Amino acid sequence: MSELDENRARKRARTPDLFFLLLCIAAVLIPIITVLMLYEIGNGSVASIEAFGASFLWGSDWIPNPPGGGPPILGALPAIYGSVVTTGLALLLAVPISLGVALFQTELAPVKFRAPSLFVIEMLAAVPSVVYGLWGLLALVPFMNLYVNPQLQTYLGFLPIFQGPNTGLGMLTAGVILAIMIIPYGSSVMREVISAVPRSQREASIALGATQWEMVRTSVIPFARTGIIAAVVLAMGRAIGETMAVTMVIGNVARISPSLFLPAETIPSVIANEFTEVAGNDVYLAALFELALVLFAIALIMNLVGRVIVNKLSFKVRGDVRV
Amino acid sequence: MFSFHSRRRISNVVFIALASTCFCVALIPLIAILYETIIRGAAAVSIALFTQVTPPIGQNGGGILNAIEGSLVMVGFACLFAVPVGVLAGAFLAEYPGKFGYYVRLIAEVLTGVPSIVTGIFVYELIVATQHRFSAFSGGVALGFMMIPIVAISTHESLKLVSSSIREGGLALGISRAKTLVYILLSSARSGVITGIALAVARVMGETAPLLFTALGSQFMMTSINGPAASLTVSIFDFGTSPYDNAHTLAWGAALVLLAIVLSLNVIVRVASRLKVTGTE
Repeated sequence: MSELDENRARKRARTPDLFFLLLCIAAVLIPIITVLMLYEIGNGSVASIEAFGASFLWGSDWIPNPPGGGPPILGALPAIYGSVVTTGLALLLAVPISLGVALFQTELAPVKFRAPSLFVIEMLAAVPSVVYGLWGLLALVPFMNLYVNPQLQTYLGFLPIFQGPNTGLGMLTAGVILAIMIIPYGSSVMREVISAVPRSQREASIALGATQWEMVRTSVIPFARTGIIAAVVLAMGRAIGETMAVTMVIGNVARISPSLFLPAETIPSVIANEFTEVAGNDVYLAALFELALVLFAIALIMNLVGRVIVNKLSFKVRGDVRV
Repeated sequence: MFSFHSRRRISNVVFIALASTCFCVALIPLIAILYETIIRGAAAVSIALFTQVTPPIGQNGGGILNAIEGSLVMVGFACLFAVPVGVLAGAFLAEYPGKFGYYVRLIAEVLTGVPSIVTGIFVYELIVATQHRFSAFSGGVALGFMMIPIVAISTHESLKLVSSSIREGGLALGISRAKTLVYILLSSARSGVITGIALAVARVMGETAPLLFTALGSQFMMTSINGPAASLTVSIFDFGTSPYDNAHTLAWGAALVLLAIVLSLNVIVRVASRLKVTGTE
C-alpha cells in the first residue's frame, strides 16, 4: 500500500467521527436551546419570585404602579383565570368539531375529496395568528356585539356568564377565535391517531354488517381513544399559549368576573401588552418573566404528555397496515 | 316506534350529517377571513402601499415598504443559521436512531408547541437585555430558534422515507457516510426537505409575538441589522389595534400581502411536492 493510499484510508477512518460530531452538535443544540430558555426566563423572574413567593400564583390584584408610590402588588390570578376560561371555552367548541372533521376526513370523504379536504384545513392552519386577530377585532367583534351576544343575553341572560355590558370584546369572543384557531391542529392530530387504527379493525366490523357509525363507535373510537385525549391535551397547550389573536379581542383588563362578555386578560396577553410599558420597574418586569415561566412550564408539560402518548400509539401500530 | 333496522340507518345518517357539518363549519372562518382580507386589503392596495414607509399612527397616507423589508430580512437571517442546524439535526435523527435521538426528537416536538411569546421573551433576555438595544438581529434569532425544531422534524421525516437499501448501497460502494448523506440521501429526499423548509419559512413569516420585544418595530427603512426593524406582522398588530381608519386600511393591506406570501408558499410547495411532511402543523 502506497503512502498516498494509507493517508487516504486514515483520512476516511477519521471522517465519520467528524461527520458524527457535526451532526451531533446540531442535534444537541435543540435540548441546549430548551434548557437555556428555562434558565434565562427563570433568571429574569428572580426579582418577582423573591418579592411575591408562591402567592404570586393566587394573588388577585395586579397593580404595577400603586397610586402614591410604594412597591407594586402583582398577582397572576386574573391572567390565569382568563387563560383557563378562554381555553376551556375554546376546547368546548373545538373538540367536537375537530373530531367531526377528523372522522369526516378519515372515514367519510370520498377518496377523490380526501386530499382537497386535508388541503383546506391545512390552509386554515397556515393563516398567521395576527391575521386571525385583525379579522377577530374588525369583523368578529362587531358580529358578536350585534348578533350573537344580544341573542345569548335574551335567551340565556339568567345565567351569570351571559350578564353584563356587551361590547363584543371579552372572553367569549376570545374563546371563539381560539376555537377557530385550534380546530386545524386538533383535527390533524386526531386524524393522525385515527389513521393509526389498523385497517383490519374496520374490515372486521364492516364484515359483521356494521354501518359506518357502528364501525366508528365500536372499532375506531375505542382504539383511538387515548390518542384523541392526547390530541385534546396538545390542542389545549396551543390554546393556552396563543397570544396575538387573543390579545386583540379580549379587551385586556385584569379582572375576575363570571361574565363572558366582560373584557379580561390571559397570561400571554398580559405579557404582549405590558412588556414594553415596564420602564424601569424591575419587579414588574420580573413578574412578566414569571408569567412567561408559568406559561412555559404549562406548555412543556402538556406537549410532553400529549406527544409521548401520540408517539407511543403510532409506534405500536408501526408495521401494521395503515389506512 | 322505529324498527331496529331503520334506527340503525337513522343513526348512521345522523353521524354522516354531523361529521360533514363539522367539516363545513370549520371552513366558514377560512372563507370569512379570506373574503374580508381580500375585499378590505384590495381597497388598500396602491402604489404608495409598496413604495412608502409606515406613517406614525393616526396620520394619513404611507405604505408598508419598511415592514415588507423587515420581514424579509429577518426571515432571511433566521434561515441563514436555522436551516443548516435544522437539516443537520434532522440528519442526525435519521442517521443515528437510538435513545438519544428519540429524546432529541421528542424535545424538538415539544419545542414546536412552546408559545412563540415565550421564545420572544427568552431572546429579549438573551440578547436585547445584554446589548441594551432592540434589533433586527435579535428578531431574526428569535425566528430562527422557532425554525430549528420544525426543519429538524421535517428533515427527519423525509430522510426516513428514503429506503435503507439506498443508504446501504452507498456505503457498500465505499462512499463515506458524510458523502452518502449529502449526495445520495439528501438528494433523494430533497423535495421533502425543501418542502419542510418552505413551510417553516411560511410559519415564522407570520409570527408576531417573538418580534414584539426583539425587533420592536420602526417607521423607517432598516439602516443596520443592529437597529429596530418593522415587520408585516407587528405592523398589522399596531395598526389594527389603533382606532384610526387609515391605520386599519394599512393593516388590511399588510394582512393581504402577508396572507398572499404565506398561503402561496404553502400552495406552491404542496403542489410541487407530493411527499407528505408531518410535524409542521
